[in-house]
Amino acid sequence: MNAPLIVFFVLAVVAILGAISLILQRHPIHSALSLIVVMVALAGLYLLMGAEFVAAVQIIVYGGAIMVLFVFVIMLLNAGSEERTNISKMAGWAGLPLAIALMGFLAAAVARSTDRVQAAAQTGAPAPTKALATLLFQDFVYPFELTSFLILVAILGAIVLAQRDQKESHL
Amino acid sequence: MTDFLAQHADILITLVKIALLLFIVLTVNAYLTWFERKVVAHMQSRWGPHRVGPHGLLQPLADGAKFLLKEDPTPAGVDKFTYFLAPLMALALALTSIAIIPFGPDPIRVLGHDIYLGIVDLNIGILALFAITALSVYGVALAGWSSNSKYPLLGGLRSSAQMVSYELALTMSVVGVLLLAGSFSLRDIINAQAIHPERGIIGWNIFPQILGFLCFFIAAIAETNRVPFDLPEAESELVAGFHTEYASFKFAMFFIAEYTSMITVSCLCAILFFGGWLSPFPASWTFTHYLPSAILIPFGLWVVWDGIRYETIFGRIVLPGLGTIITVIGAVLIALPFINEFIQGPFWLLGKILFFLFVYVWMRGTLPRFRYDQLMSFGWKLLLPVSLANVVITASVILLRSR
Repeated sequence: MNAPLIVFFVLAVVAILGAISLILQRHPIHSALSLIVVMVALAGLYLLMGAEFVAAVQIIVYGGAIMVLFVFVIMLLNAGSEERTNISKMAGWAGLPLAIALMGFLAAAVARSTDRVQAAAQTGAPAPTKALATLLFQDFVYPFELTSFLILVAILGAIVLAQRDQKESHL
Repeated sequence: MTDFLAQHADILITLVKIALLLFIVLTVNAYLTWFERKVVAHMQSRWGPHRVGPHGLLQPLADGAKFLLKEDPTPAGVDKFTYFLAPLMALALALTSIAIIPFGPDPIRVLGHDIYLGIVDLNIGILALFAITALSVYGVALAGWSSNSKYPLLGGLRSSAQMVSYELALTMSVVGVLLLAGSFSLRDIINAQAIHPERGIIGWNIFPQILGFLCFFIAAIAETNRVPFDLPEAESELVAGFHTEYASFKFAMFFIAEYTSMITVSCLCAILFFGGWLSPFPASWTFTHYLPSAILIPFGLWVVWDGIRYETIFGRIVLPGLGTIITVIGAVLIALPFINEFIQGPFWLLGKILFFLFVYVWMRGTLPRFRYDQLMSFGWKLLLPVSLANVVITASVILLRSR
């Protein structure tokens, strides 16, 4: 057991516990907090693999911006605790077997590729941010720009929807 | 035992550095409250704290004791886990961000180990700082939500909206500096400003990046929830905002977190735009290296002169003693050139940090608070476009020059 492997398992356990807690918590804010734990643990895993830039961006974008909006909306709507219901029949008959099948599938895939899992647990040399930038802005510049365009369209859509509401209320 | 020490020297050195830095930062925090109260008081023609110790110098200790000894009630109906988590998160994140700041250029050599001033030198230094800033909004937002009370909830909502809005401008305003330096590391950013040592102050980022600096400083004040952007705790509207329901040391934790992030922002301003530990004078002007002594010795003598006339006997003992120590330090710096050379970097960095802390306090004594809609339209309609324009202009100039 070397130190990076221990860190890997600690982070992995934290991420999994966070994910389970996300589902089991009754209050939306607690679920959101659990999701933040998952995000930060994932960032730690990226850091372990030497992807410093990706780790920082993971925390800034997912842990910060997106989850703050989640928490903000939950607070704004003043959402209370959810009531627990029994598992619906549909979920019992179809969901549980499917979930178990998916888990088995993933476990089999992981078990087959032990080398890669080993590699993931190894500390990588810090990947230079420059290499990432070259990939994004030279090799894959068209897909990157297309994605940006897609996001821009979504932002414009949000603005248009908000504006329409305002106009109607003024009339 | 010695084997163990030799093997884990790096870890031990880091632990000692963390303990030292924590001690220094918390002490500076305490005296920052004294400094703020004194400066604001004098701006308003008052004396400020002057009862506890000479010139009120023991006031921070009295405040600290009060925070520790006060009753710490937990209001009814709070969300216990989040209520306790929020101040802890605020404080932990604020203190973590200090770890990334480098405080001096040269390492100290102790027992064959080069010890740099500053805990870690990350390749992604500035990004890591932004990551910590991005998380620190939860401290305020969760405190507001978990208190189960109207005013804190409004404060928490305001702060999350404000911090998300200003974080964009904060991040964009630094891009110009990053383009000039070509690195995320704070050490590299400072060194990039020293390419022409003979230019001194002209080489600093503040001149090509004046727009970036203004955007950065304004957005950073908003991120630290200080006047004129302290709407999350606007006392005229929200009692005390997000920390209304916190008492005793839990309140102190928010307090310390706020002052620590003030220090971090001042460090960042100095490092990113004002050359960090670089002297404003050309490198060939070696006589400016006596500046620390030239400031310390007269200041120490003034403290002695002021102290022997002080009203209380305690003050007449303590102040001259303090003045003597300051004078002796100044004299030692002249007598021992190698210490003087080493102290140059930290001296300039600390001087700049102190200046920005003063600006913070100055603004608190001068500016009125923004209205909430003004705050939002200022952030989105002015700050963000200007910082984006700054990125475009900087990138174009760099591109044209490289041809």
